[in-house]
Amino acid sequence: MISGFILRALEGKIVVAIAILLGVAILVPALNLLVPAGSAFHIPTYVMALMGKYLCYALLALALDLVWGYCGILSLGHGAFFALGGYAMGMYLMRQIGSRGVYGNPELPDFMVFLNWQELPWFWHGFDMFWFAMLMVLVVPGLLAFVFGWFAFRSRVNGVYLSIITQAMTYALMLAFFRNDMGFGGNNGLTDYKDILGFPVQADGTRAVLFAMSAIMLALCLLIASGIVRSKFGKVLVGVRDAESRVRFLGFRVEHIKLFTFVVSAMMAGIAGALFVPQVGIINPGEFAPANSIEVVVWTAVGGRGTLIGPIIGAVLVNAGKSFFTGAFPEFWLYALGGLFIAVTLFLPKGIVGTIQHGFSARKAMKAAREAEKGRDIGTPMAQAAE
Amino acid sequence: MLIRFFSLVFLLLSLAAPSLAQSDPKPLIDALGKADFKQAEALIGQIAATGDPRVVPALEAFAEGDLYVRKSDNLVFIAKPAGAQFTLVDPMTSEEAGQVAKAAVTKIRVNNNLRRVIRSALGGLTLLSPDRAVRLSAADAVLRSPSPENLELVEAALAKETDAEVKTRMEEARAVSLLSSDRSVEEKRAAIETIRNYGGRDAIGILRAAYGSVDASLQPDIDDAVASIEGELALWDMAQNVWYGLSLGSVLLLAAIGLAITFGVMGIINMAHGEMVMLGAYSTFVVQEVIRTNAPGLFDWSLAIALPVAFLVTGAVGLVLERGVIRFLYGRPLETLLATWGVSLILQQAIRSIFGPTNREVGNPSWMSGSFGFGGMTITWNRLWIIAFSLSIFVALLVLLKRSAFGLQMRAVTQNRRMASSMGIRTPWIDAFTFALGSGIAGIAGVALSQIDNVSPNLGQSYIIDSFMVVVFGGVGNLWGTLVGAMSLGILNKFLEPSVGAVLGKILVLVLIILFIQKRPRGLFALKGRAVEA
Repeated sequence: MISGFILRALEGKIVVAIAILLGVAILVPALNLLVPAGSAFHIPTYVMALMGKYLCYALLALALDLVWGYCGILSLGHGAFFALGGYAMGMYLMRQIGSRGVYGNPELPDFMVFLNWQELPWFWHGFDMFWFAMLMVLVVPGLLAFVFGWFAFRSRVNGVYLSIITQAMTYALMLAFFRNDMGFGGNNGLTDYKDILGFPVQADGTRAVLFAMSAIMLALCLLIASGIVRSKFGKVLVGVRDAESRVRFLGFRVEHIKLFTFVVSAMMAGIAGALFVPQVGIINPGEFAPANSIEVVVWTAVGGRGTLIGPIIGAVLVNAGKSFFTGAFPEFWLYALGGLFIAVTLFLPKGIVGTIQHGFSARKAMKAAREAEKGRDIGTPMAQAAE
Repeated sequence: MLIRFFSLVFLLLSLAAPSLAQSDPKPLIDALGKADFKQAEALIGQIAATGDPRVVPALEAFAEGDLYVRKSDNLVFIAKPAGAQFTLVDPMTSEEAGQVAKAAVTKIRVNNNLRRVIRSALGGLTLLSPDRAVRLSAADAVLRSPSPENLELVEAALAKETDAEVKTRMEEARAVSLLSSDRSVEEKRAAIETIRNYGGRDAIGILRAAYGSVDASLQPDIDDAVASIEGELALWDMAQNVWYGLSLGSVLLLAAIGLAITFGVMGIINMAHGEMVMLGAYSTFVVQEVIRTNAPGLFDWSLAIALPVAFLVTGAVGLVLERGVIRFLYGRPLETLLATWGVSLILQQAIRSIFGPTNREVGNPSWMSGSFGFGGMTITWNRLWIIAFSLSIFVALLVLLKRSAFGLQMRAVTQNRRMASSMGIRTPWIDAFTFALGSGIAGIAGVALSQIDNVSPNLGQSYIIDSFMVVVFGGVGNLWGTLVGAMSLGILNKFLEPSVGAVLGKILVLVLIILFIQKRPRGLFALKGRAVEA
């Protein structure tokens, strides 16, 4: 069954996309580490870090696409799952600092010493173990998505109402994490990391591995998402998106379908956050800002929702554009982003990939029609002869 | 005591017939120049005992440390710095007495004990002032710093007082002074009763302070009085919380009521709604700037002028937005959400480019500043005006929707677009003007919010989530729901605040709303019928 899942997942363009991602996962670190700094092919570390960041965003956009593009749930709170995954990773990295902090406390992170805390809060226990932290990267966003989705889908909160309450969720979390009493470093967040699994976070080699991991995780999640949407379950999922009531009347448990997808998507967002944090070196409550979550929506929309490759392309393109604009014309970035929101919704509702696919299929249909026409032309005399 | 009595008699005599006043305070004031702290204290008593209102400036200057003695002749003057020199002013007549070098005078030193003595002496002195306001504030001063020395003065003043309000205040002042004097138990018991009626936190402090020194038989009375005052205070606290809640609720109502039109009636998720509020606030800023440079006299009218300006500006922006973007997106609410978010980013950045990223100063007209006391709570004028304003907008909108032709057409289009269209209603224009109306009301809200919030490009961002919460909580498509939603969220927030803190209170409210929506996905006042499913 699993092999069938993978085989179905690997249809068509997904194979190409996964191959490209795996190629990038090898090539970019190689060009960074093995090619000497003077060479034209050398990729500087900061560029690699930037690309790693884009890949994490791409994974986040993919996660959103799974619920929005295939299940019709426009979540304006995916930034929250991303940030929660990031915080789980950040907590692990904080515990790894040990006694190298400013205050030299072997147990407590600096900000707790600063706040005069005597012992580690209960929810910080276990985060010194990598496996536990990685488990939490999946469990915490997944659990939140489960509880939230359980209530929301069961009482059939739909459409814009769901969007608004997911936005309220991430907003509430942002306010909560800004509080010092929460024990997550208040508005400074968690930063000043030293080691990950014993390797220094800042070292080129570690960064290369983190980059490769981002690309590989993206490929893996792409595989999983592709497997989901191409399975029988995926067909029902699209049914839920297009005609929820009808699917319900056919006897499917719509809320379970939605809940499953929502939780999977939240976990993917959590992974994206966990990979993001060691590469940028900080996580703070700003990641929960509702504006961030909405920006993820535009990446997905630009690339094309309801296509799995679209959000990846969209996330990379928009963020590359953001890096360029904020460097070259910082004044104009918000104009560009705002204009992009409007232009995409008005002129490119299917997104880049969706429009191209649509164009291809339209051309194919036209070609088929022309051929049919030709066939009739050829066929006519014969038919006449037959008469 | 005897001297004090005589001076009091003297004082009364001098009041009865000013011409009889023989004691000249001038030598007493001059004696201050040589006095040490202890002597000064006695002298202040004597000066006050003259009952001469002319000594008030001198005593005030003494408390401020502006009283100096001239070295050449040991006369006392009030000195004001004028460059490197002092301008000397006669303490009694307030006439200027020339300038001297700083070295030619010595400051008369004052300490906190003396300041206290001066304050109560001034309180006593001004108790007899012909000016009602001065008497009132004098009684307040005695009330705040009770001392048995004032007792006779207060009683003397009380005997002459005719104004009812001042009289009550003086009675309270008398009671307070009496409590620490050596009067009889019965009088003190009556005084405790008076203080209990006076109420307030000060009263508790006074009663607690007196607790140890009074006769043991009075202590149960004090306990009673304190308990009853505390009960009363708790009640006022509650009232104050409700008031704060209503005030916050009215702000929420202002921010949300435009959204109740665009989202509630039209079903458009307008994420740029907050920016409409911001545009309204900036319109106020521009109007005030124009008034400041061209017609400063009109400043008190600036808000009244800003209201139509803001309505027109934001209404026009809303009209353009609807015609340019939103009309292509009807029936696709999620896309509308994205497009209007884009619009909000552009508007924010545009305002940032034009006016800069920092806060802009919007002034309060005189009729909106200040506050007044109401029982045990303080009410600021701007909050009161905003509550009144938001309610009047609410009523106006309700009337517009229910009683005007435009409102009728609007409701018709909301309920059944095709039927309305068949009846000859130009639905595209109704859409456009409804959206413009919602935006314009957001702009008006911006005028009001500019009075209590920072006017910055981010102003709208802070309201957008709250406004959506209000509309969703109250029930979409129902103005009454918006009103009840705004007020109950405001009050809930303010009642949570004291116990859990502002931020956690807000988080709790958000969580409660999220849970509430699970229970009633259509809000408090859900529309029933087919329109719901459309």
